[in-house]
Amino acid sequence: MHAFTISRVVDARNAIAMHDSDPRSAFIAGGTDLIGLMKDRATLPARLLDINGFPGMAAVDARPDGSLLIGALARMSDVAAHPVVRQRFPVITEGLLFAASGQLRNMASIGGNIMQRTRCAYFRDGDGLPCNKRAPGSGCSALHGLNRSHAIFGWSESCVATHPSDLAVALTALDATVHVRGLHGDRVIAFSEFHRLPGDTPEKDNVLERGDLIVGIEVPASVEARASHYLKVRDRQSYEFALVSTAAAVAIDGRTIQSVRLAMGGVAHRPWRLAAAETALRGLSLDDGPRLKATIATSFSDARTLAHNAFKVELAQRCALRALQTAGARV
Amino acid sequence: MTINRREFIEGAGLVAGGVMAAGVLDAIPAEAGNLTVAPVQVTAVVNGQPRGMTVEPRTTLLDALREQLHLTGTKKGCDRGECGACTVLVQERRVLSCMSLAVMQEGKRITTIEGLQRDGKLHPLQAAFIQHDGFQCGFCTSGQIMSGVGLIEEARAGWPSAATADVTKPFTLADLTGAEIRERMSGNLCRCACYPNIVAAVSTAAAEV
Repeated sequence: MHAFTISRVVDARNAIAMHDSDPRSAFIAGGTDLIGLMKDRATLPARLLDINGFPGMAAVDARPDGSLLIGALARMSDVAAHPVVRQRFPVITEGLLFAASGQLRNMASIGGNIMQRTRCAYFRDGDGLPCNKRAPGSGCSALHGLNRSHAIFGWSESCVATHPSDLAVALTALDATVHVRGLHGDRVIAFSEFHRLPGDTPEKDNVLERGDLIVGIEVPASVEARASHYLKVRDRQSYEFALVSTAAAVAIDGRTIQSVRLAMGGVAHRPWRLAAAETALRGLSLDDGPRLKATIATSFSDARTLAHNAFKVELAQRCALRALQTAGARV
Repeated sequence: MTINRREFIEGAGLVAGGVMAAGVLDAIPAEAGNLTVAPVQVTAVVNGQPRGMTVEPRTTLLDALREQLHLTGTKKGCDRGECGACTVLVQERRVLSCMSLAVMQEGKRITTIEGLQRDGKLHPLQAAFIQHDGFQCGFCTSGQIMSGVGLIEEARAGWPSAATADVTKPFTLADLTGAEIRERMSGNLCRCACYPNIVAAVSTAAAEV
């Protein structure tokens, strides 16, 4: 790795001021993504700000109103094993457990998880091929290259990468919010607005600015969260990123869908809600597979496939259907 | 923007004074690679003993264990967090030492393969690896065993996995099937493909530990 300095900061105000004043600084918590990026020379921070000593930011708080506040420094494994998360928000536990490996889940923080950068090989490998995330303006090698794992929604000529976090897909389905502390105070960002589409600036994964620090994630209470499920489809059964995935959460009356949330991973530069399908699925029976699938398909009319990823359209619809029916069986 | 140095944690913190010097903090280079960083003294409790290490901030825990403390039982496979050969326990949890910075381990309890035996007697999982032929070339073995030791404690604590049929239900050691062990060991690769025997060894040890 390149040479850098590291400072341990225990006060958010100082960390924010330092991060804002020095564009070559980066926060480090678990480090599982950042150290990989540094080894691959995809990011070369001159100063790391170790935020692991922040008091109270590693807690998982199950609040009396049924909502959940997950501290940004909580580790993936602790959140996944938390009894309230398991029972009332199983899609979060499953999203976490289907990601990475046991070792990495013990290390990786929740804040860092949603800040993960894409696994697009042209971005990661650093073998000199153009990548607008790595070197803005250099071009996108995946657009006409090997793009089997790339986006089918919302991509631009500048970037066809997908977002790698499974947890982010689950949190998007549950209408979670990101609590951010910045130079000018605290603010709350809806999860659906946290990650960006690439547009002309794919180097920006999300809406955070210099000096912004994620302090926690809030998941509101909902009837749907209890009957929720995360389904991940990948090339090998474990320790692999998603080809496509679905976070489904549903409220039913008998076998009739009252309301449903469907978010997908592996299909876009950010977690992708199937908003049209969510509306159209209300009132349908969970047992009517063909009708459910046809309705889910309405959210794929704007899918745009690349040379190697056309299979994702059908795979994603089947994935969404099975995730929905499995979630429904949890009621 | 002025940063008050007193607002940093110094001395007892993870970072020694040399790195914290204002001159270094103020002189961030335009390009990476030409920054000279003074070595840092770190002390961790390794296999029960306080051990000092002199490392650069970029030194991984893996390199520090092997090159500073000469604990070469921990292996460097991919050095990218993909193979699990470098697995050690930090604060009793299995982690990847290749993706950990040594400078961030101040005061931590670290257990490597060299620290598993007790009074000359192998850890039950080490014995089970021999009993079940859990290795051939042996390069991944220390990581496999450290991962297995961590896994058994996680299962005992009731943690579910991606192989758990229903994560909303309690999990006990009795639920630690072969499928559960395979899923929980997926972060450890074995190019000799001893996987069936590794699963058998972990299963045997889980019943004994």
